[in-house]
Amino acid sequence: MGIHATEVTAEAGRGRTADSEDAPLLQVKNLQVEFRTRDGVAKAVNGVNYSVRAGETLAILGESGSGKSVSSQAVMGILDSPPGFVTGGEIVFKGQDLLKLSNEKRRKIRGTQMAMIFQDALSSLNPVHTVGTQLGEMFRVHRGTSKSEAKKKAVELMERVGIPAAKERVNQYPHQFSGGMRQRIMIAMALALEPDLIIADEPTTALDVTVQAQVMELLADLQAEYNMGLILITHDLGVVADVADKIAVMYAGRIVETAPVHELYKRPAHPYTRGLLDSIPRLDQKGQELYAIKGLPPNLLRIPSGCAFNPRCPMAQEICRTEVPPLHAVTEADGAPLEGRGSACHFWKETIHG
Amino acid sequence: MGRYVIRRLLQMIPVFIGTTFIIFAMVHALGDPVAAFFGDKAPDPAAAAQIRQQLGLDNPLIVQYGNYMKGIFSGNLGTAFNGQPVTDLLKIAYPTTLKLALVAFTFEVIIGIGLGVLSGMRRGRLADTGVMMMTLIVISIPTFVIGYVLQYLFGVKWGLADATVPPGAPFQSLLLPGIVLASVSLAYVARLTRTTIAENSKADYVRTAVAKGLPRRRVVTHHLLRNSLIPVITFLGTDLGALMGGALVTERIFNIHGVGYYLYQGIVHQDTSTVVGFVTVLVIVFLLANLLVDLLYAVLDPRIRYA
Ligand SMILES: Nc1ncnc2c1ncn2[C@@H]1O[C@H](COP(=O)(O)OP(=O)(O)OP(=O)(O)O)[C@@H](O)[C@H]1O
Ligand code: SF4
Ligand SMILES: [Mg+2]
Repeated sequence: MGIHATEVTAEAGRGRTADSEDAPLLQVKNLQVEFRTRDGVAKAVNGVNYSVRAGETLAILGESGSGKSVSSQAVMGILDSPPGFVTGGEIVFKGQDLLKLSNEKRRKIRGTQMAMIFQDALSSLNPVHTVGTQLGEMFRVHRGTSKSEAKKKAVELMERVGIPAAKERVNQYPHQFSGGMRQRIMIAMALALEPDLIIADEPTTALDVTVQAQVMELLADLQAEYNMGLILITHDLGVVADVADKIAVMYAGRIVETAPVHELYKRPAHPYTRGLLDSIPRLDQKGQELYAIKGLPPNLLRIPSGCAFNPRCPMAQEICRTEVPPLHAVTEADGAPLEGRGSACHFWKETIHG
Repeated sequence: MGRYVIRRLLQMIPVFIGTTFIIFAMVHALGDPVAAFFGDKAPDPAAAAQIRQQLGLDNPLIVQYGNYMKGIFSGNLGTAFNGQPVTDLLKIAYPTTLKLALVAFTFEVIIGIGLGVLSGMRRGRLADTGVMMMTLIVISIPTFVIGYVLQYLFGVKWGLADATVPPGAPFQSLLLPGIVLASVSLAYVARLTRTTIAENSKADYVRTAVAKGLPRRRVVTHHLLRNSLIPVITFLGTDLGALMGGALVTERIFNIHGVGYYLYQGIVHQDTSTVVGFVTVLVIVFLLANLLVDLLYAVLDPRIRYA
């Protein structure tokens, strides 16, 4: 395939940028992941490209099953394998291709330099260990800290993420915390060793709406404070708008559109993105029937030929069924470049300008 | 917790009374103990009646049971078929069976869990298939067949172990009977461990442990095993009681003078005192083992709280 997006850069960075001005913290190139199952090979990720800089937030958006989690698990090196295999591409993190490293070297990067926050904090925390033990484990294993020192660090972390009475609660078990507090503990755990990159896989989906905002705010604050790169996976467009710098929209294991966050909302350049935006309930259209993209996400065992979106696309033409659209650089109608924008649609011009 | 234990202990009283009464009634239903006393000869009716009266056997069942319970609380469990007090037999038999049960239990824990972890971690591979087949075979063959075969092979043909256990039941002579007694439970432990390991290895918290960059060893021991073994330990706890009661067959094969041996003798002689005495102690062991398991469960899983 070898289609690379025009490098998508952040709007003027929040705070300091990493050592070398133009090397991104993480660069995923043409990543491919498949699951070899009894029913056949499911191509979950089919040539994904994106990059994240220090201090930058990339939101990855897409329907359920579009490969958001799988691609980020591949970056973390925690793919469920077998059945999952990375079959191609590069994951360049701080200048080295992670896919070329030994398992042991990758393990040492996990937790220390890149960390992950999962959706369901209750099931993602171990029910039989205290939160203090689980937080302290980061220091014990990676830093060789003593038990008492690790506990002290755990209390500090809990205070840092706004858990009241941390000294007492450090000895409690995950089930003794509320959902929001548990997610704060997950965040604290990811933050423990001050990694350069955090991947948050739907960190607020399991929470109440009011708590969602608080947790999201905490995450954004901490990210700015430590100047970390953040990959925020979500299928909630509302969450993204406030915190993300840029967005990558995924469909059937591909990135179909990339754009700085506000531009994407204003002027989508891909019919799928437009469909997603149109399906958000809006105050000024109260009473009208909500738009929904027709049809179902594709079966990954049999991805449609050409543009994977063609069976559901209102703009589809003959070419869409035969030719895979590359990620075109999106420009203004007069050809003036639009920084960081790309669309994998044969008819991106018609979509954005027409 | 303390309150819970007291409540559980109190609950044992009706269970205890109920089970002992059932055993008592069942042994009575087996036949006339006095007739059994005389063996094949028909007893002289007058003499038999006298013995009956002496032993209180002419009273209604419920009165006999009442007298028996009175005896229990004063530490008198009656006289056995061979003239010895039943308490003396208990003192000989229980330590022997306990020793055998502990040997079997150790095999169960080490080999059963070991095989279960091995096959759970290598699902679908050769080691897994091997363990699954072996355990299925062990489960489907009756214990006494396994017992006699191993006795013949190890004890007689190859002379690697004692074919029968000498009096006093020295430890090394119990290894072979121990493995026979453990065999079926061991197979179940292996399968249960495999299932829970396989289930838990897909759990979110295991994925978190990997994402934290923990070494694989630590992921397995501190996170995967720690959770997977909770149901296994519960099974092992209840099985400890079952091992003591289930030693009957094994004890007969290897001629071990333990609980099973005396229980068998008691039944053959239709001797109420011996049978009820031995079963009563078994019941107590079983109830206590169960309580222990429930308490252990709360220790292992902090989500469980007893009040
Ligand atoms: N362990 C697995 N075994 C087989 N297939 C898998 C496995 N994990 C993921 N997949 C496949 O990969 C596809 C992409 O899954 P992924 O979890 O990345 O979706 P997602 O975009 O994160 O969706 P969601 O919003 O539901 O989290 C799924 O449709 C599924 O078919
Ligand atoms: S390439 Fe064709 S099918 Fe695909 S999104 Fe564009 S118009 Fe629709
Ligand atoms: Mg997901």
